[in-house]
Amino acid sequence: MGKNDRIILDEKHFDITIKRLAHQLIENYNDFTNTTLIGLQPRGIFLAERIKAELLKINKNFKIEAGSLDVTFYRDDYRRQGAPLIPNETHVDFTIEDKQVILVDDVLFTGRTIRSGLDALLAFGRPKKVALLTLINRRHKRDLPIQADFIGKNIHSIDEERVLVNWKETDGKDEVILYTPKDE
Amino acid sequence: MSKLSVNHLLGIKNLLKEDIELIFQTADHFKQVINRPIKKVPSLRDITIANLFFENSTRTKLSFEIAEKRLSADIINFSSSSSSVTKGETLIDTVNNILSMKVDMVVMRHPNPGAANFLSKHVDAKIVNAGDGAHEHPTQALLDAFSIREKYGNLKGKNVVIVGDVLHSRVALSNIFCLQKLGANVKVCGPLTLMPKYITSLGVEVITNLKEALNWCDVAMMLRIQLERQDLKLFPSLREYTMLYGLNKELLDSLDKEITVMHPGPINRGVEITSDVADSKQSIILEQVENGVAIRMAVLYLLAGQIE
Repeated sequence: MGKNDRIILDEKHFDITIKRLAHQLIENYNDFTNTTLIGLQPRGIFLAERIKAELLKINKNFKIEAGSLDVTFYRDDYRRQGAPLIPNETHVDFTIEDKQVILVDDVLFTGRTIRSGLDALLAFGRPKKVALLTLINRRHKRDLPIQADFIGKNIHSIDEERVLVNWKETDGKDEVILYTPKDE
Repeated sequence: MSKLSVNHLLGIKNLLKEDIELIFQTADHFKQVINRPIKKVPSLRDITIANLFFENSTRTKLSFEIAEKRLSADIINFSSSSSSVTKGETLIDTVNNILSMKVDMVVMRHPNPGAANFLSKHVDAKIVNAGDGAHEHPTQALLDAFSIREKYGNLKGKNVVIVGDVLHSRVALSNIFCLQKLGANVKVCGPLTLMPKYITSLGVEVITNLKEALNWCDVAMMLRIQLERQDLKLFPSLREYTMLYGLNKELLDSLDKEITVMHPGPINRGVEITSDVADSKQSIILEQVENGVAIRMAVLYLLAGQIE
């Protein structure tokens, strides 16, 4: 970590935040009938999995349908980068026709990924309603009129800064770090 | 690796193994896409593709067209029978005229070997070779190898025999390159008059006995006998060819193991392959056609991503 880098969510607060988000979802979706949780590839899937696990801890009778969605083919910056974008797996083994969908991503920044996600979602049917859940909301940074319905933490940051969400499963530790990349 | 090492798909010969694997991985995703309720993605919505077919084609042309449409590209179609080519226009002139209409990519089939290569040096667009004479047909080889990979998981160490008119077949040549790059063993089978002289220099052994070839292989790729070239008298009669090199159910059942049967189409039923074999469980002919769309989507997607 560089000297201006800081932890904005440590392990303890990370856990509290996940628990709160899970309870907020229960408040809004009751027993999750006709509701589906969809994590956006690549990093949103960890959050979706964690939220799902947390919900099942609270009530193991919840039947929570979950999937992961890759938005690569729907992005608007395809061909504006050096090389073609390489897709990730999509696992949506059900139709979302007339369902309440909760889109899940780790960081909400410009809103462009979410826009692509909405487009990608429509390939699986016409949802009744779509909500957005994000762990970190970078405020005042939107390129598009997209806002989250469920937010883990709001942060103020400058453009050059980056938010890194680490997960126990892959990075050894749950935490969120705000850092400034060198030479970018 | 997230980028092809080439700027055009002219043939398999100049591709790296990594290129082929990247195309396969991308095609896996597109195969998923084309099996969704909405089979279309907007990736190539700002790309225009010209399909230039200077030689007849049904399957390849339709497959490319549908792949382009599934990627949301704008397309224009051209076939030489109804064009100025018959009035004496040169290939470069024809293509440059089309490119003036702001076309980004060209898919071309041409009767002359090397036509796609030639074009790529003279015009400013991404070129995809959809067959150039008896030279290469790269997307066919890719979809064939992709279909074998789908069935067996891997091509490494698999034995593949290509049966029939190798001499006139661009499918055979591209497949030999592709299968060898992926680690499969390739042999060819057919009458010696239908084998090109250079074939052994590619490290490919010729077997003249069909049953021996089939007993060796895991996969048999049956080539179409080009009925239109029958006047060349490379074998005495169609009937004799069918007796010696046609694949029928009786022969298939007499083998020691269950092999997979492929055919690039169009099939001459009752000539190189009988109906009961073509429609049997061991045949993956229709899977090949479905995979063709996914492979072509992957190739177009990856090349379009490299447009400056």
